Amino acid sequence: MAEPLLQTRGITKSFGALTASDAISLDLRPGEIHALIGPNGAGKSTLIKQIAGNMKPDSGTVHFLGQDVTALDTVARARLGLGRTFQISALAMDFTVLQNAVLGALGARGGVMRFFRPVMKDRALLERAHEALECVGLQDHAAMRTAELSHGQRRQLEVAVALTLKPKAFLMDEPMAGLGAGGSKRLTGFLDGLRAEAPILLVEHDMDAVFALADRISVLVYGQVIATGTADEIRANPDVRRAYLGEEDAA
Amino acid sequence: MTRESYINAGLTFLLVLVPFWAWSTGQAYILTLCTKVAILALAGVGLNIALGLGGLVSFGHAAFFGIGGYAMGILASHAQTFDPIMDWPILIEGTKSMPVIWLVAVVASSLAALLIGALSLRTSGVYFIMITLAFGQMLYYFTIGWPAYGGEDGLSIYVRNSFPGLNTLVPVQFLILSYVVLGLALLFSARLARAPFGLALTAARQNADRVETVGIAPYRLRLVAFVISGSITGLAGALFADLNRFISPTMFSWHTSGEIMIFVILGGVGRLYGPVAGAALFILLEHLLGGVSEYWKIFLGALLLAVVLFARGGLIGTLAGREVAHG
Ligand SMILES: Nc1ncnc2c1ncn2[C@@H]1O[C@H](COP(=O)(O)OP(=O)(O)OP(=O)(O)O)[C@@H](O)[C@H]1O
Ligand SMILES: [Mg+2]
Repeated sequence: MAEPLLQTRGITKSFGALTASDAISLDLRPGEIHALIGPNGAGKSTLIKQIAGNMKPDSGTVHFLGQDVTALDTVARARLGLGRTFQISALAMDFTVLQNAVLGALGARGGVMRFFRPVMKDRALLERAHEALECVGLQDHAAMRTAELSHGQRRQLEVAVALTLKPKAFLMDEPMAGLGAGGSKRLTGFLDGLRAEAPILLVEHDMDAVFALADRISVLVYGQVIATGTADEIRANPDVRRAYLGEEDAA
Repeated sequence: MTRESYINAGLTFLLVLVPFWAWSTGQAYILTLCTKVAILALAGVGLNIALGLGGLVSFGHAAFFGIGGYAMGILASHAQTFDPIMDWPILIEGTKSMPVIWLVAVVASSLAALLIGALSLRTSGVYFIMITLAFGQMLYYFTIGWPAYGGEDGLSIYVRNSFPGLNTLVPVQFLILSYVVLGLALLFSARLARAPFGLALTAARQNADRVETVGIAPYRLRLVAFVISGSITGLAGALFADLNRFISPTMFSWHTSGEIMIFVILGGVGRLYGPVAGAALFILLEHLLGGVSEYWKIFLGALLLAVVLFARGGLIGTLAGREVAHG
């Protein structure tokens, strides 16, 4: 089996009495979509933050590309090739959609400390930005102010900015939220192809998307991974049915 | 062209027309006022890079304004007494040459901004405001207690410093010089805002997480912005000292920091011409209302309140409407 690209070992994080991450060990292998599911408040976003470097775990390590990156900050991890989308959109709201994408392209290319040439006339950056917008279907909204985008469109832009980075692995926190059936289907199709470029650790509540896409699924409940396996294994797992899927079915 | 650039062009036209009229009717006092507007606007252009583009609410820009002023005062006072600043290990003499003074002012204020920025940018919000304020006040009290250059009373320079090819004692020539420096600073600041650096800096103001996630460190961006910002305000300090032929610790006081911030807020935070509009309005009000009542700053306060409550974009923003995205 291929070496994992990304790996957490015993990640633990507590907020007071609440253990949001309880000795979480999981990995992301080349070419796969690994879905992370679990009820609200299970600790999915908390784990993503620790992998991305926004939050320090109390204990445990994160390995990326065979390197221990636990001590590195978000910027360094992004430079290594970790592309991330936020559950709550973190975009420059006063920028146009295109400017947000160009920012991503600029981060990937480097050369931020340039003071004279207009960045929005830089062919290479524009090309990369437009390409990413097209991938998520936002090309017609390039000139729109980001604050005027719908909730779903912001999620799409999050993905587009991550694409401009051409990362080696993606961390996506609920990219489908607010997309509606059509948009969700479209993004599902796109992510399906994207895994060939870089594997995706996908946090998602949309079970149709998860079961359609995931090579493997991990189920997180109260900070603990209670099961990891293929879609069929997860469906059949009694713990999972009790803790999670059962609730969904009942709802 | 956007509406904002028409407004900027109109403002430029006015700022050229007024001194031209004053010059042709021989009103030297108006020329001096216009020069003052240009120099204070320059200080504001500096602050606007930190405050407007970077979102860094520095309440300590008087530090750089004062350093620029004292760079001029120290160099010129040694030159007028023919007493070297130091003669060991190397001889450093004073100078009356503006280009040299400006260079020293810019270098000294950049270094100060690097130091102050490196420490204060580790904090944010109210703490950042307080730390920058504290640095300014430290320098203020230091100069009060520094007898070599006049201490509390300040220091007069008898003759305005020189610029190659100009007679700076002629008000209109010094005015043109100040206008040119302001024009260059505006040009630089306009390019900066649209450059890769400007994009990343304004993005970091809006959402630091976003910038980090694309692999850019907001701290470095802000520090560089703070240094550029401080050096421009420092240059303004040197010119201001030359305008008055006088330096004093007041240049370092928090009132000065506050006034520079008022220029930017009145004119429009983050707007290219904001500091120009703000400084012009400030001097106009001081001139018109200052004559009517010594409490003119009450009116200024009311105006500032109105801007903050009802017209966030300041004068430029109110006239030009929402900022349009660059190119
Ligand atoms: N900074 C914090 N301080 C204190 N508690 C926190 C903090 N961040 C998260 N929590 C708590 O940790 C738990 C896990 O939160 P997290 O956001 O990771 O859940 P999630 O699985 O992403 O949920 P959702 O599906 O709603 O996004 C929640 O109970 C949350 O309230
Ligand atoms: Mg979450």
